[in-house]
Amino acid sequence: MFELLGIPPQALFGQLLLGLINGAFYAMLSLGLAVIFGLLNVINFAHGAQYMMGAFGAWMLLNYLGIPFWGALVLSPIIVAIIGMVIERVLLRRLYSLDHLYGLLLTFGLALIIEGLFRRQYGSSGLPYNNPLPGGTNLGFMFLPNYRAFVVVASLVVCLVTWFVIERTKLGSYLRAATERPDLVQAFGIDVPRMITLTYGFGVGLAALAGVLAAPAYQVSPTMGSNLIIVVFAVVVIGGMGSIMGAIVTGFGLGVVEGLTKVFYPEASSTVIFVIMAIVLMVKPAGLFGTAK
Amino acid sequence: MRLAAIFLAASSLVGIGAAQAADPVPVKIGVLNDQSGLYADLGGQGSVWAAKKAVEDFGAAAKGLKVDVIFADHQNKADVGTSIARQWYDIDGVDMIVDTPNSGVALAVSGVTKEKNKVFINSGAATSDLTGKACTPNTVHWTYDTWALANGTGKAIVKNGGDTWFFLTADYAFGHALERDTSKVVTENGGKVVGSVKVPLNNADFSSFLLQAQSSKAKIVGLANAGGDTINSIKQASEYGIVDGGQKLAGLLIFLTDVHSLGLKTAQGLNLTGAWYWDQTDANRKFADEFAKANGGKRPTMVQAGVYSGVLHYLKAVEALKSAKDGAAVVAEMKKLPTDDPLFGKGEVRIDGRHIHPMFLYEVKKPSESKGPWDYYTLKATIPANEAFRPLSESDCPLVKKG
Repeated sequence: MFELLGIPPQALFGQLLLGLINGAFYAMLSLGLAVIFGLLNVINFAHGAQYMMGAFGAWMLLNYLGIPFWGALVLSPIIVAIIGMVIERVLLRRLYSLDHLYGLLLTFGLALIIEGLFRRQYGSSGLPYNNPLPGGTNLGFMFLPNYRAFVVVASLVVCLVTWFVIERTKLGSYLRAATERPDLVQAFGIDVPRMITLTYGFGVGLAALAGVLAAPAYQVSPTMGSNLIIVVFAVVVIGGMGSIMGAIVTGFGLGVVEGLTKVFYPEASSTVIFVIMAIVLMVKPAGLFGTAK
Repeated sequence: MRLAAIFLAASSLVGIGAAQAADPVPVKIGVLNDQSGLYADLGGQGSVWAAKKAVEDFGAAAKGLKVDVIFADHQNKADVGTSIARQWYDIDGVDMIVDTPNSGVALAVSGVTKEKNKVFINSGAATSDLTGKACTPNTVHWTYDTWALANGTGKAIVKNGGDTWFFLTADYAFGHALERDTSKVVTENGGKVVGSVKVPLNNADFSSFLLQAQSSKAKIVGLANAGGDTINSIKQASEYGIVDGGQKLAGLLIFLTDVHSLGLKTAQGLNLTGAWYWDQTDANRKFADEFAKANGGKRPTMVQAGVYSGVLHYLKAVEALKSAKDGAAVVAEMKKLPTDDPLFGKGEVRIDGRHIHPMFLYEVKKPSESKGPWDYYTLKATIPANEAFRPLSESDCPLVKKG
């Protein structure tokens, strides 16, 4: 029986699961932002545009070259990452010695330009991209589309691997060391500028990967990134700027919170994350997992 | 010295007045719509082109009118829309604003237009309140409205057995009006509304709301939203097996550009109500061909066609009055003159500001039936002009009560 006021328990499970799916996108995007901020100290406002480029990359690979979703899942992030690295080499690099604000302004400007170009070429209402995994499983309490299940698993794997590489491997320790004392690390014979370029490329690639994953679920449109990026920034702020694990946990967690709001008070679902952000900033300004510098 | 200055000023004023009498009547039209967001494809630059085309086809210069067309982006924000409207009316000398999708912005601009005694011809917005309780002597609503959509799609679906409804409603003036008008049609025809959920505008993920619709067991899931929101809800409904589970989707407001964006594979079989389709008559096809040539191969939507038709009728009224300055007088003239143009045919502008013309029920073609991009609709039924819009007897427009 459907109840209008009380939510039956099986519906609740369904909403929790949906929240996780939604959170998977937040987690992957905020992870990329956290990696870039943690290692480059750049607030990458072009992240949403890069996510959108990932989705469009998948669409272009399919429609111009006939490469299906699974190929695009690998190729599109690599292509977008290379574009990102060129941007880092040519533009961002010049700003490292200046205030954070300059990096933010540059990437924000880039985002507007990229979006404008895509809108000019493809219009604003978006392009169709078919679901590569149609069908689904009836879990009893809800119908789970196969594709959504894949998204959750894929993004969990990507997030955990990233966390492991940065926090538990030698490469990761170089990266973290280079953030603290680039001059010393350089003195040990490690090419720090190249490492930074690759890190930016990796963060951008994560955004593009999220974009490819989003293409079959959402509409591929030039504004898909700018709609999402503000929320993702809130997620990063709540988790703590630069905290890798914080970005992952808050991403999934806030997805669930937003999902539940959609059931209990749908009108507030677009604002609930910002309310939480305001509260967290008041109580713990460095974010839930961040450490004050 | 001072006296001389006054004389000089006075004589130059007289000089200007005399010069103006000989000059053509200046008319400035402002296309105010979404140029960059979710409604940019259905209006946007296409509407600007349509307005300019109307000026050209009218032969304004030969008829003693000097018409300028400008445009701006209201970003779907009522405050941005009203401040542009104020600046246009107060400083830039705009006489008429046209298009303006987004019901929230449209209602706000309609208020400013009345205050400044200018003209507002709306094509893009849907709320029937523009000619209902919020009607003004300065506003004309041209192309469609929520009452007409509900009356078309809602009635047809209930008559075909879709008698229980669950609404996914865009949470602003437009969605509320569309849900209200459709609920009324559903209950009047013996159906029942079992629930609804208000979804914030520009929401990307509809899974949660679709799941609520699914568990409501309603036969029909009514989409009281538009543009990107409609596209995402239809796309995700197919992912969640809503249609395979026996429920049907009713898109209450679907534009040609939405179908293009969804692709026929996902959109096929949808029923929709529209005011205009490019591939319906020879005149429409001719207009569409010219539109496509200037707009990268796209075909015009009913909103863009409405801008053309509305501007044309406006210019006829201005020509008759030889002035565009008194907005209420121009609209009164528009109501007096019967409408007649190649795209919308013969009709009238009613006392409440509603442009009356037939509406059409379309079905989206299967991929196998379509000859290619933009060949999307089959005409199912015509709703005659006298049944297509809210009758004056049901109107809550103050202008009607006085009349």
